[in-house]
Amino acid sequence: MSDWPILSLVTFLPAIGGLFILLIRGEEAMVAHNARMVALWTTLFTFALSLLLWTGFDNSTAAFQFVEKHGWLGGNINYHMGVDGISMPFIILTTFLMPLCILASWESITARVKDYMIAFLILETLMVGVFSSLDMVLFYLFFEGGLIPMFLIIGVWGGQRRVYASFKFFLYTLAGSVLMLLAIMAMYWAAGTTDITALMAFRFDPGMQKWLWLAFFASFAVKVPMWPVHTWLPDAHVEAPTAGSVILAGILLKMGGYGFLRFSLPMFSVASEMFTPLIYGLSLIAIVYTSLVALVQKDMKKLIAYSSVAHMGFVTIGMFAMNQQGVQGAMVQMISHGLVSGALFLCVGVIYDRIHTRDIDAYGGLVERMPVYAFTFMLFTLATVGLPGTSGFVGEFLILVGAYQANSWVAFVAATGAVLAAAYSLWLYRRVVFGELTKPNLKDIMDMNRREIAVFAPLIIATLWFGVYPMPLLDATAVSVENLIGHYTASLASYDMDTGNVVTQLAH
Amino acid sequence: MTPNAFVSPNLLPALPEILMACGAMALLMLGVFRAQATQRSVTQGALLLLMVTAALVMLQGSGRMETFSGGFVTDAFSRYAKILILLGSGVMLVMAQGYLRRENMDRFEFPVLVLLATLGMMMMVSAGDLISLYMGLELQSLSLYVLAAFKRDSQRATEAGLKYFVLGALASGILLYGASLIYGFTGTVNFMKLATVFGDGHAEVGLGLIFGLVFLTAGLAFKISAVPFHMWTPDVYEGAPTPVTALLASAPKVAAMALFVRVMTQPLLGMIAQWQQIVVFISIASMVLGAIAAIGQNNIKRLMAFSSIGHMGFALVGLASGTQEGVQAVLIYLAIYVAMNFGVFGCILAMRNKGGQLEGVNDLAGLGRTNPMMALALALLMFSLAGIPPLAGFFAKFFVFLAAIHAGLYTLAVIGVLASVIGAYYYLRIIKIMYFDAPADVQDWPMSTSLRFIVTGSSLFSLFFFIYPMPIVTSAATAASALFR
Repeated sequence: MSDWPILSLVTFLPAIGGLFILLIRGEEAMVAHNARMVALWTTLFTFALSLLLWTGFDNSTAAFQFVEKHGWLGGNINYHMGVDGISMPFIILTTFLMPLCILASWESITARVKDYMIAFLILETLMVGVFSSLDMVLFYLFFEGGLIPMFLIIGVWGGQRRVYASFKFFLYTLAGSVLMLLAIMAMYWAAGTTDITALMAFRFDPGMQKWLWLAFFASFAVKVPMWPVHTWLPDAHVEAPTAGSVILAGILLKMGGYGFLRFSLPMFSVASEMFTPLIYGLSLIAIVYTSLVALVQKDMKKLIAYSSVAHMGFVTIGMFAMNQQGVQGAMVQMISHGLVSGALFLCVGVIYDRIHTRDIDAYGGLVERMPVYAFTFMLFTLATVGLPGTSGFVGEFLILVGAYQANSWVAFVAATGAVLAAAYSLWLYRRVVFGELTKPNLKDIMDMNRREIAVFAPLIIATLWFGVYPMPLLDATAVSVENLIGHYTASLASYDMDTGNVVTQLAH
Repeated sequence: MTPNAFVSPNLLPALPEILMACGAMALLMLGVFRAQATQRSVTQGALLLLMVTAALVMLQGSGRMETFSGGFVTDAFSRYAKILILLGSGVMLVMAQGYLRRENMDRFEFPVLVLLATLGMMMMVSAGDLISLYMGLELQSLSLYVLAAFKRDSQRATEAGLKYFVLGALASGILLYGASLIYGFTGTVNFMKLATVFGDGHAEVGLGLIFGLVFLTAGLAFKISAVPFHMWTPDVYEGAPTPVTALLASAPKVAAMALFVRVMTQPLLGMIAQWQQIVVFISIASMVLGAIAAIGQNNIKRLMAFSSIGHMGFALVGLASGTQEGVQAVLIYLAIYVAMNFGVFGCILAMRNKGGQLEGVNDLAGLGRTNPMMALALALLMFSLAGIPPLAGFFAKFFVFLAAIHAGLYTLAVIGVLASVIGAYYYLRIIKIMYFDAPADVQDWPMSTSLRFIVTGSSLFSLFFFIYPMPIVTSAATAASALFR
């Protein structure tokens, strides 16, 4: 089994499926049906295959596993793949969400189904590639390549203002990323390689670290997104088709957080320490400000989009608290947010498919006609609030514990965000699901059908499972996070020692 | 006078060029003496000639050879550029066929002129002194002036040809003046001797030489249409027959850029402190202007003109670093750029209705639905031109910026990548028009087999370059190392 390049297979299998879909010919209805089936089976099979990564994963080591390495661009730029406890959960999350996205688009996408499925499968390849590449150039390739399918998904199958949203999404992200590309090049010339494992061990000059950190920050801050570069997100979410929103919130935002954990913190420890207050400040503004903004939204998707910004604010605080609870909390929060916000977008999608509006005021009293839906929506609303027993609680709690150790004021302000989250989420739920069923067009609305329940069931199980028993996730990440923190503190200490050395050298 | 000067020169290094010249003459005579319906056979002869020449170039081995008292050089660098040039001319000749027949332009002069232009380009990249540089440049330019005005009944084409000629002649004059100044102050035109005069950059450089350098650079910048010497480009691109535009955007760009690189890095490397700032400036100006000016264009040929200005700016980033990896990056850039251009112009050639060629960007509206395969190919090429990974265009930009960062040109690199973001907008706009907009009317754009082959090949190259990039990367490395020894 270990002879098989499982990681590459998981990465490229979806693209191969996409190639098959490209070759489908014939009558339009048949083509659409076949494209859906191929996409579903491809993603399911990819998910099954990716489970091998989890079962075969060795929790006891922080070293990279399932490593593959081949020559590629010459000059120490290689095709180098591998996973550790920080990246593996994201791969599983990606492959897990993908079949659900395909299923969720089963009936709501009727135009150009073939192209849609190809775009999603290519996107999956690129997303898995981001989390599994161990070479910076390769990482960049996947990271940036993901823009192409997402741009098309928003632009072709999106809502009213889709053109504006897709351009904004593309150009915002690209502008951030190109600076990171230059930083990657500068690192290449400093260290002579773009291999991530080698770069983690390399000691960058503190003066240079500052610029490199800022360049990476430009890219990841847009991706996370952090205030004030979050404005692309509400537009993109609102205009994207449901499955597109799920992927945006579920995976693409996590790339930013993953980037911080993989690059900024281990490679530029001095700069990270220096800029931690900046991260805290921006994250706190994001938490409080976007929560308030979420309160006044009239559009459901926009509300959830703003809540995503707030939740990702927690994540960045947890990471830069740089202790075991904080970082692990950030990991759990990212996975949990991937499940929960994805599910919330799917919840919006369910009623949008029926009534074709995302306006909160257009709904009310849905519980009378749609009890199953009301239950599902409630569960994920509570999960996003962070109710104990759901995965949202575990992440938020750990982050606050970690943040409190690092800076109690940060934890205090962040905690108010949790209160605000309860306010906007529960109020949204009340307005949509409870109240009188007065709107005439809601009178004969149908509850969720079997396909929709099939979409939500795995999400409900995962959310509750990680809420009640998060140990599998925590175990998988523990050693890698420990190693990251150990490396970070050791690196900081060594730079401190260095400055001491410089002084002694000057004395001589 | 050494007795050597009376010995007949070694013709072996120039064999491909000699064959090309003789072949072009023979085809010209064939055309003249059998005036009726010879276009097809002359074209086939020209293609054969291009292929044989390419084979000869490849057979020349890897070493450096000089002849005509150092005025003509073949080395790995010139061979790399020549292969690209021959490929560019050949593909363009194939693409042009359908167009020439439809527009009643299928005269035998066309392939002959292309051959002569190609010969000029080959001489440019093999130039070993300022005289042969100028000869090659003029042969190329004069042929291209005629080609640009080849559609002689069209007002726009003749205007393009005339504009190209007047401005081109001015640029040639400037270049020649710069060359004469350099000769006057150093006493030699030979690149190798100039290199020893300038030494390792510590020699005192007089004001006259600086003037010479500036004029020479200005002339060369005109030929690659770098800002601020770009004014001719949009008009000529728009007015010239589309296949000629396709040619202008590929092979001559390669030749002029290769010449630029050789002049800067071989004889003038010692003056890098002086020319680097010029190249940095024209590079930034080209990237920024190319990106911003293209946004408002509605004619796709004009748009491609500004796109080519921008791309030359990016290629100049590699040259600005003045290092071996910079030159390697320029060469990789040129190869990828030429390959992408084939596909784009193939698609532009396919855009037509009963009234003739279509050139409006908006004519592409809804192409994603009416002609999905062509839209897919064009979209890939647009993403690639914008430099989005994992497509080929990304690697082109990657290598030039990699070289610039190594040379410490951080400002240039930052402005460059930001310009590429701005530039991405207008490439995305084409994709938006093809995929997001509703179809304007039924587009039935049949492609001939050869055109389809070229477009497919070009887009597949852009898509799959990342899987096995080494052949181009290593051959560009060998070529670049020939200049730095």
